[in-house]
Amino acid sequence: MSPVNTSATVRPLVKLSAIRKSFGPVEVLKGVDMAVEEGQVVAMIGRSGSGKSTLLRSINGLERIDGGVIEVDGECVDPGQIDLRALRQKVGMVFQQFNLFPHLTAGENVMLALKVVKKQDKAATRAAAESALAKVGLGHKFDAYPSQLSGGQQQRVAIARSLAMAPKVLLCDEITSALDPELVAEVLGVVRKLAEEGMTLILVTHEMRFAREVCDRLVFMHGGRIAEQGPPAKLFDRPSTPELAQFIGMVEAR
Amino acid sequence: MLNFTLWDILSNLLLAARWTVLLSLIAFVSGGVAGLLLLVARVSPVPPLRIAAKLFIEVFQGTPLLMQLFIVFFALPLIGIETSAWTSAAVALTLFTAAYLAEIWRGCVEAVPKGQWEASASLAMTFPEQMRHVILPQALRIAVPPTVGFSVQVVKGTAVTSIIGFVEVTKAGTMITNATFQPFLVYGLVGLIYFALCYPLSLSAKALERKLNVAR
Ligand SMILES: Nc1ncnc2c1ncn2[C@@H]1O[C@H](COP(=O)(O)OP(=O)(O)OP(=O)(O)O)[C@@H](O)[C@H]1O
Ligand SMILES: [Mg+2]
Repeated sequence: MSPVNTSATVRPLVKLSAIRKSFGPVEVLKGVDMAVEEGQVVAMIGRSGSGKSTLLRSINGLERIDGGVIEVDGECVDPGQIDLRALRQKVGMVFQQFNLFPHLTAGENVMLALKVVKKQDKAATRAAAESALAKVGLGHKFDAYPSQLSGGQQQRVAIARSLAMAPKVLLCDEITSALDPELVAEVLGVVRKLAEEGMTLILVTHEMRFAREVCDRLVFMHGGRIAEQGPPAKLFDRPSTPELAQFIGMVEAR
Repeated sequence: MLNFTLWDILSNLLLAARWTVLLSLIAFVSGGVAGLLLLVARVSPVPPLRIAAKLFIEVFQGTPLLMQLFIVFFALPLIGIETSAWTSAAVALTLFTAAYLAEIWRGCVEAVPKGQWEASASLAMTFPEQMRHVILPQALRIAVPPTVGFSVQVVKGTAVTSIIGFVEVTKAGTMITNATFQPFLVYGLVGLIYFALCYPLSLSAKALERKLNVAR
């Protein structure tokens, strides 16, 4: 494993220590350690089934871990933790399938948790939702229902919905994989802008070119472990494990 | 022997049918409220609640309504709770309705995609908040037709309360038959009254279902 260039003075925003997770008899995460500093953009890559989604989903408690500790901005979560509300207020998540609430308009989708969870008043909620939608270029779609939006627009609303909660870190699990090819760019454009603005991002992605251009660090997962991580250019050009070399060969052949 | 005109018979049956309607309404409304609580317990993340609700539902779905009625009417007084025919009928039908509605609605909740739970959980919403703002509004849409459809079962279910002496339309029919010796006419009318109550309900359940399918 190559050494990671993390400065000793900065306390990481996200710190995963010895994360373990099994589904029944199958151990999917076999002790993963990972640290992400504020403002970093990290992409996780790896073969299907290597545990990328499971790791990402454990960061906001969607998967209950069997061992280890998750720390996000001072919020500590271990396997026994029941109350995940504080953690989840600091961690946003965007899904492959958008998961917008179909019975609510774009604006209402963004406002719901602000009202219910953050208990903001009506005016503040509305203002925050408008600015979040404007940020993803959908200020004019406030009153549209998800079914009236394209996939790319729906995914951007989903991003706005997460951003409005002012998370410390945003998790994205293959957020362009369900999109028609011509709609991928608009969503990646939004993510790129977030990265430039200093948002801390952890992405699972198959968009290798995007990962190479935008990410500070690449994490290659293999068999429930981090097999290799480092700057994208290094990993792509000089992979140090045969698994990564093979993975890159496979991806580039596509 | 007295002579009964058709109108005498029909008017008495219709008077008794008021109780059929009232009992159905009470059972449906209170059963709906109880069913909603039962549903929330049934899908909640708290295992003891889930198990208790499941047990309740299975007991009430796995025994005849008549048995449930007997237990409320005959068994409760044995442990010191006096029950009239009227309250027994209302209580038994309410519990029966609650169990079935909870199970129907659970199916509707489970039809809501898992991603809706995950997205709302990721926004730091608690289980009650998820239910209230995300899951139930979506489940409700698909729940309407089967719920209206089940109301037919409630109306027909009220007939068994005649056994414990509650005078609804079936019991009235029996009493009138005993006086008139015209079972075919009397029970025919009773049947017509049930049909007049139930048929509009099944029709509207079908219409709602069609409307919902179009709306998709
Ligand atoms: N809820 C679950 N129950 C049982 N097994 C699961 C569950 N979720 C994931 N798994 C298994 O865990 C392993 C890792 O899954 P995971 O979704 O984390 O992989 P991934 O790296 O995200 O793959 P992909 O690129 O296909 O999304 C797989 O073998 C998968 O079948
Ligand atoms: Mg995955």
